[in-house]
Amino acid sequence: MTINSYITVTIKLLIIFVPLLLSVAYLTLAERKVLGLMQNRKGPAIVGPWGLVQPIADGVKLLTKELIIPSQANKFMYYIAPIISFTLAILAWAIVTMDQGVLLSDLDIGVLYFFAISSLSVYAILLSGWASNSRYPFLGAIRCAAQMISYEVAIGLIIISVILCVGSLNISEIVLSQKSVWLIIPLFPAAIMFMVASLAETARAPFDLTEGESELVSGFNVEYSSLSFALFFLAEYSNIILMSCMMTIFFLGGWLSPLGDPLDPIAWFLAPTGALSGGSAVWFFTKSSIFILFFLWSRASFPRIRYDQLMKLLWKTYLPLSLGLVVLTAGILIGFNGVPPPY
Amino acid sequence: MNPEFKTIFYSTLLGVGIILLLVSISFALGNSRIGSTRPDSEKSSIYECGFDPFGKIRTPFAIKFVLVGILFMIFDIEVSFLFPWSIVFNQLNLFSFWVVYTFLVILSLGLAYEWLKGGLEWD
Repeated sequence: MTINSYITVTIKLLIIFVPLLLSVAYLTLAERKVLGLMQNRKGPAIVGPWGLVQPIADGVKLLTKELIIPSQANKFMYYIAPIISFTLAILAWAIVTMDQGVLLSDLDIGVLYFFAISSLSVYAILLSGWASNSRYPFLGAIRCAAQMISYEVAIGLIIISVILCVGSLNISEIVLSQKSVWLIIPLFPAAIMFMVASLAETARAPFDLTEGESELVSGFNVEYSSLSFALFFLAEYSNIILMSCMMTIFFLGGWLSPLGDPLDPIAWFLAPTGALSGGSAVWFFTKSSIFILFFLWSRASFPRIRYDQLMKLLWKTYLPLSLGLVVLTAGILIGFNGVPPPY
Repeated sequence: MNPEFKTIFYSTLLGVGIILLLVSISFALGNSRIGSTRPDSEKSSIYECGFDPFGKIRTPFAIKFVLVGILFMIFDIEVSFLFPWSIVFNQLNLFSFWVVYTFLVILSLGLAYEWLKGGLEWD
């Protein structure tokens, strides 16, 4: 690579990184607001107008807090775990296509890359739980690892049934192939399963057994404070946004507009710029926000399930179902001569 | 090497760099007059609710978790076999289609065996 392309990549990464941090910050505010409104109270409303400065105040507070290092921890692993966690959370964004060609790296194996990165994030949690050398993080990390690896199998099989319909691992190809019909319509059960599995994969309520404050205090991050805790926190919320974006890409046609250009209000605004190709990043973020709201809504609505129910749900329900769905999708595609054209 | 992978590699380094910068800023702030660092033995001992921690921390845990790990390995390898099949299956003939189905049937039989033997029960 030339020096110019290094500069380009640096700028692109910052363009992803800074809005990501901001959106994670405001997602925490949105979560508290939405939970508050759902419980008939106001949520944060003191710091700034409607509490809008709250996330910045929280961030500054976390940064200036004392970094407590447990005396019995394995120091190196203890430090490296949050860094790994957050690095992986950023890196997964390299393949998220927000509009035609708006992404960091147009990998031909984008889906595999996403899958690999989300598998690796288990290591950060296991490392943190082990290195803390404390009882609650240890139990939380083991639970979280078992939960995440289990649900990865289901997510993998669901993604395979998507790829069977698309015929490519490239994210842009996946979105563009949904021009005629969004994949949520032919693959509706898979979409629902992906939504629930992504709740479990990010360890959000009602699957937040890794945190389970009534039994594990806070799970794998009990011993972390200050920025090392903030990194885990940022990684968790960035993963929520990432899973919502992947849901949009796989099933809701990414940046594609649900309306024709003459009916599309966003297209009217974009028409003078000529940036119009049947959709825009505005649609992408609108659709993703709906799924982010789903994450918050399910936290307000459902009680935490038991660990045996969690495991039963995956191994006895989702795994056979998603396996069957792969077989069924391939069978229908072959039987009705609907295989995607060779890429 | 594919330039896209170079981009990924470079952005990995850059991402780690940004985070290390954040961590060092936090250290600097924590040790400055804004924050404060007053370690004491109670604060830096491991967390426990209301009493001194006792016993070994890294105790043996339920074998179920290991079993889940083994099951995961089987099915994740299956998923990684299916990924290449899923992108080229439009170029394959009917025979290879049935070969993959046979593979899936064998795995499903394994899952059924595990289920009947009670390996999926969690209690």
